Amino acid sequence: MRNRLLRFGQAIKLPGLSFGLAFTLTGLIIALSDSRVLAKIGSPLEFVKSAGSLVGNSYLALFQGSIFDINLTKGHSFFQGFYPLSETIVTATPLILTGLSVALAFKSGLFNIGAQGQFIFGAIGASYVGFHFHLPIGIHIVAAAVAGMALAAIWGGVVGLLKAKTGAHEVILTIMMNYIAGYFILWILKTKSFLRPGRIDPIAPEVGLNARLPLLAGDNLRIHAGIFISLAAAVFVWWLLTKTTIGFKFRTVGANSQAAKTAGISVPFVVTVTMAICGALAGLGGAVHVLGSEHALNADIAGSFGFDAITVALLGRAQPVGTVFAALLFGALRAGGRTMQSSTGVPLDIVLVTQALIVLFIAAPTFVRYIFKLKKLNSAASLTSKGWNG
Amino acid sequence: MSEIRSNIQTRRLRGVSVISLLSLVSLVFFGFTNAGKGTTTFGFVLNNEWVIIKEWVISAATGAKIFSVLALVASLVAAGAYRKKVKIIIPISVATFGIFMAFITWVAAGKFIPFTGLLQGALLLAVPLVFGSMSGLICERSGVINIAIEGQLLASAFVSGVVASLTHKTIWGLIVAPIAGAAISFLLATFAIKFSMDQVILGFVLNVLVIGLTDFLYKKLLVPYQDTWNTAPTFGHLEVPILSKIPLIGPIFFSQSIVVFIMYAIVAAITFALFKTKWGLRTRAIGEHPTAADTVGIDVNKLRFKNVMIAGLIAGVGGAYYTVGSVGAFGKEMTAGAGFIALAALIFGKWSPIGAVFAALLFGFADNLQSTLTIIGVSIPSEFMLMVPYIATIIAVTGLVGRVRAPAADGVPYLRGGAH
Amino acid sequence: MSLELRGITKTFGSFTANDSIDLKVETGQIHAILGENGAGKSTLMNIVYGLLKADSGEILIDNKPVNIAQPSDALSAGIGMVHQHFMLIPVFTVAENIVLGHERAGKFGVLDIDTARLAIRRVSKDFGFEVDPDAIVETLPVGIQQKVEIIRALIYEAKVLILDEPTAVLTPQETDELLKTMRDLKSKGTSIIFITHKLREVREVADQITIIRRGKVVAAVSPQTPEGELASMMVGRAVDLAPQKHKHEIGAPILVAENLTVRDVFGVAVVKSVNFHVSAGEVLAVAGVQGNGQSELARALINLEDHIEGSLRLDGKEIRGSSIYDSLHAGIAFIPESRELDGVVGSFSIAENLILDLHDQAPYSKGINLSARVVLAEAAKRVTEFDIRSQSTADAVSTLSGGNKQKVVIARELSRPVKILVASQPTRGLDVGSIEFVHERILAERDAGRGIILFSTELDEVMALADRIAVMYKGEILEIVDSNVTREELGLLMAGVSSKKLNA
Repeated sequence: MRNRLLRFGQAIKLPGLSFGLAFTLTGLIIALSDSRVLAKIGSPLEFVKSAGSLVGNSYLALFQGSIFDINLTKGHSFFQGFYPLSETIVTATPLILTGLSVALAFKSGLFNIGAQGQFIFGAIGASYVGFHFHLPIGIHIVAAAVAGMALAAIWGGVVGLLKAKTGAHEVILTIMMNYIAGYFILWILKTKSFLRPGRIDPIAPEVGLNARLPLLAGDNLRIHAGIFISLAAAVFVWWLLTKTTIGFKFRTVGANSQAAKTAGISVPFVVTVTMAICGALAGLGGAVHVLGSEHALNADIAGSFGFDAITVALLGRAQPVGTVFAALLFGALRAGGRTMQSSTGVPLDIVLVTQALIVLFIAAPTFVRYIFKLKKLNSAASLTSKGWNG
Repeated sequence: MSEIRSNIQTRRLRGVSVISLLSLVSLVFFGFTNAGKGTTTFGFVLNNEWVIIKEWVISAATGAKIFSVLALVASLVAAGAYRKKVKIIIPISVATFGIFMAFITWVAAGKFIPFTGLLQGALLLAVPLVFGSMSGLICERSGVINIAIEGQLLASAFVSGVVASLTHKTIWGLIVAPIAGAAISFLLATFAIKFSMDQVILGFVLNVLVIGLTDFLYKKLLVPYQDTWNTAPTFGHLEVPILSKIPLIGPIFFSQSIVVFIMYAIVAAITFALFKTKWGLRTRAIGEHPTAADTVGIDVNKLRFKNVMIAGLIAGVGGAYYTVGSVGAFGKEMTAGAGFIALAALIFGKWSPIGAVFAALLFGFADNLQSTLTIIGVSIPSEFMLMVPYIATIIAVTGLVGRVRAPAADGVPYLRGGAH
Repeated sequence: MSLELRGITKTFGSFTANDSIDLKVETGQIHAILGENGAGKSTLMNIVYGLLKADSGEILIDNKPVNIAQPSDALSAGIGMVHQHFMLIPVFTVAENIVLGHERAGKFGVLDIDTARLAIRRVSKDFGFEVDPDAIVETLPVGIQQKVEIIRALIYEAKVLILDEPTAVLTPQETDELLKTMRDLKSKGTSIIFITHKLREVREVADQITIIRRGKVVAAVSPQTPEGELASMMVGRAVDLAPQKHKHEIGAPILVAENLTVRDVFGVAVVKSVNFHVSAGEVLAVAGVQGNGQSELARALINLEDHIEGSLRLDGKEIRGSSIYDSLHAGIAFIPESRELDGVVGSFSIAENLILDLHDQAPYSKGINLSARVVLAEAAKRVTEFDIRSQSTADAVSTLSGGNKQKVVIARELSRPVKILVASQPTRGLDVGSIEFVHERILAERDAGRGIILFSTELDEVMALADRIAVMYKGEILEIVDSNVTREELGLLMAGVSSKKLNA
């Protein structure tokens, strides 16, 4: 028993310190960029108190915005206090899917930076089927989701195909595809078929009622059935990778593509199919976002989901379970960040910094050990350590 | 994945077929469709250079046909030569030029194209791409992948804009710009070299860090206190006497902001240094075979660190272009992916300085073409025009690249003793 | 200049590579260090050269202790090294490689290569081999590349020259030349440390032999010691230098290659229109020095190369141009040349590696579903059958020794029905025990009626195992001879001298 506890302690020590370091640095930035705090730099005690209170309030707001806020229960049921938690889950739901998209790619040795663009096409497809057709309950949701997944799968698969046929690096390809997708959605929202009657701003008609994902906890909380889809997708990815022959091929190509080729596995096939599936996953994220919470396509539908997906996958070490938890964490940061911005005036972009720092420290354990003067253990295998040459 | 590397012949064949197809499409589409009614006017005079021709007016359809035929002929020349080891880059470049010109002639029917201005602006827009690709070049030739070019450009754009705004002097902005780039480089070098972190992930994370920080500070300081923090003055044009009066060449190359002249100097210096000096030999050695370099007594990691820092300084200057070099004020995420296009230019240019510069100019041209056409009001939706640089990048890295061979040890941290 | 090592110890984690090693090389002496693969010889030399730091012990030059913390220290102390895997930058010229690290620079750091060019011509003439300073290294034959490394050490006035397994990549003729060069250098006062596992060479040229086994010095003997004794001291037990090969009936041809050509990325033919066949129950060895097309030919047999022309028939059916997958499952077992690179997946478990090319076959999977239970059960069987030493089948393959990794590859390939076994340098880098195992296994498959095509650069191995020998030279099969050919004849063939050509 003691051994198990010790091992657990070991396993959690490094990530724990990484998180602590990231949040400390974030706090420093918040404090040192605030004019009110800086004004007190003359007297150290006042300075520390002011900095401490700002940072403390910010983190409190972060918590209140992401998990539980007692203030919201006033005049409502106790349940309503969990509105922030529901927001966290709503934010995390598409993030799990995009995170899985990136994680699956990592497992096959690919860098899918294109989750953002794939998400956009998923949203476009789901939105169009959602508002343009009238289908019975259940079928409408499925049709919309499938439409979104199909478009996104093509968007991702094209990259896989290009890489398979020409050897071009998917990092550049997917980044370019993201920009193209970003401009595409700007254009399509101006076209007649996508303009909402009565509005001149770029927003599409709302999806039909039958296409919306049902709410789970009453009308006051935004949490919707998409979370089940996301979790199911995580199970699917886990099953695919560990229990199927296809997943075996993916993992082999990801671990050693040369050995995979010598063993008869078709690397171009794996690359293309992986990118298509990853596209579909990210596209499903877009569909779920539209059908579950937004209900209408707008220019900023993808928000930062694509970006965050990468940090989520990195934090989750490309494992399906890890990705789910990482998505929940970063979803919490985002949801909480909005509250933090409105209550303490700290711009929510700082959350990006925190995310980046967390990933940086988790991906560079040697650094954290160095900072805290820890002893070296068996080094964990890195996710990827390749250059352009393979 | 090096087993997805096609035979050189296949690549050249593919490049030639792509360009031939595009030439044919150009001829059919741009030469013969109705939309090309009217005449296109190319203006060649910008300011006060000597004038040979003032304008060239040509029917849009005829012009498109002429340029498409030029492209087709060039493609055929390339096709004839592809089997041998002859450099087909020249006919392919001519063909590309032809296709671009055919497109312009067709799309600007009935309109006026300020051609010299177009090219002058193209060079200007290529500036951050050139600086970025030079930065990437030095890093990658030393064996370190630099995905953080975007972050370097953005960080230095921010810092130079802010400092120039605070001091009301453009020169201070220019001076601190390299420092910002070097700061990002310091992080890149430390985590990649000292802590052997995966370089692609590291580069990406650094980009996110810079975006987060600049967005945060933008909202916190630059927007509310705009007058103090975000009204940077800009550099005007410097005119080289006599040279700037040569028609076409003059305005394009010799009547530019100081940042451009610095760029010429840096490109020349790097090209010379990389192939003719002791530093250049050692740099190339550590990128190809670091163990061999180690065995002759070269401190591989120290040189890599130094080179990454130098590359940061260079990228920093490029970032200054965005603020003090053009619009003055900093905008959120204003680099819009230029760092990645610079990386693509580096790959397209096969990790050689001249090649990278050429590729960067091409991308700059595509970018400026897009904004010029939008300004003069063509019929294609602006969003599609905005896609052009990115589509061009994709075509470049997939279709037209020849033998792609990065420095052999690129991206692999060096650990003495062959530790795995 | 004399070089002495006292008590050198080096550990990597729990593994002791060098255990308190003492060694003395006198001035003008050729001192051979003999040991099998994995004994710790290269580690020791890397310490002497400054690429590794010893945990304890000291190095003395001319009886004075020196501190060698990096290669530049070794260089200034007068130690030069020619590594087993060349330390030359392939895309640089000879002159650039030699100048690297000792550059003379003018104003603005401009490189001065002319001085180096002159020095290169001078030194190479002194030793009787001409090298073009402006040739690009990767275009030079391997033997010449090695000479470039030696020239480099000599230009910088090395007084002690370390040669790490120098003859691994040379023809017998080039080996003789090298041994002669070594004697020349010795007569001019250079001390030489000669690392090898080849007994014959050691007895020809060494003045003193130190034998290292499992990181410890086990003996310091004179070169008069008979080979058998040296071998058993190297391995620690009596060694059977030649495996038992039974004479038996050779069956019908199973694999037939006709005008088989392989081209590289430039379209140049590296295997030129070869013809051969492999019959049931025989071992056809393809001999030749590294770099004459053997690697490409081996890969072409399962269509692992991109540009193959000609015909390759397995049991009458044309397989040239099929996918790699189809080639493997048509009945060809493939042991690749570099097990680390493409033989095994280091991060995968032993069990997973054992199904690398079988994962979609019954009984390991049904349709899309992989059966972990079956995979583990079969893995357990193989581990026993092939004596793979590990803690459990779930261990990552990267934790295994070279020999055990190779056993995993062999176990995998032989656990499906095969007609032909293609083995490409199967014993490279293995310890003697593993080498014996591989040889026994090859002969067992031969006796069971399979056809074996063995690609090997080790003459001893070829002569011990082969029924027929095909010698490759510059992409062609020069001749196919019977196993009763002499070493000398084989050596000539490997150098491109064909009696048929001579008499034609």
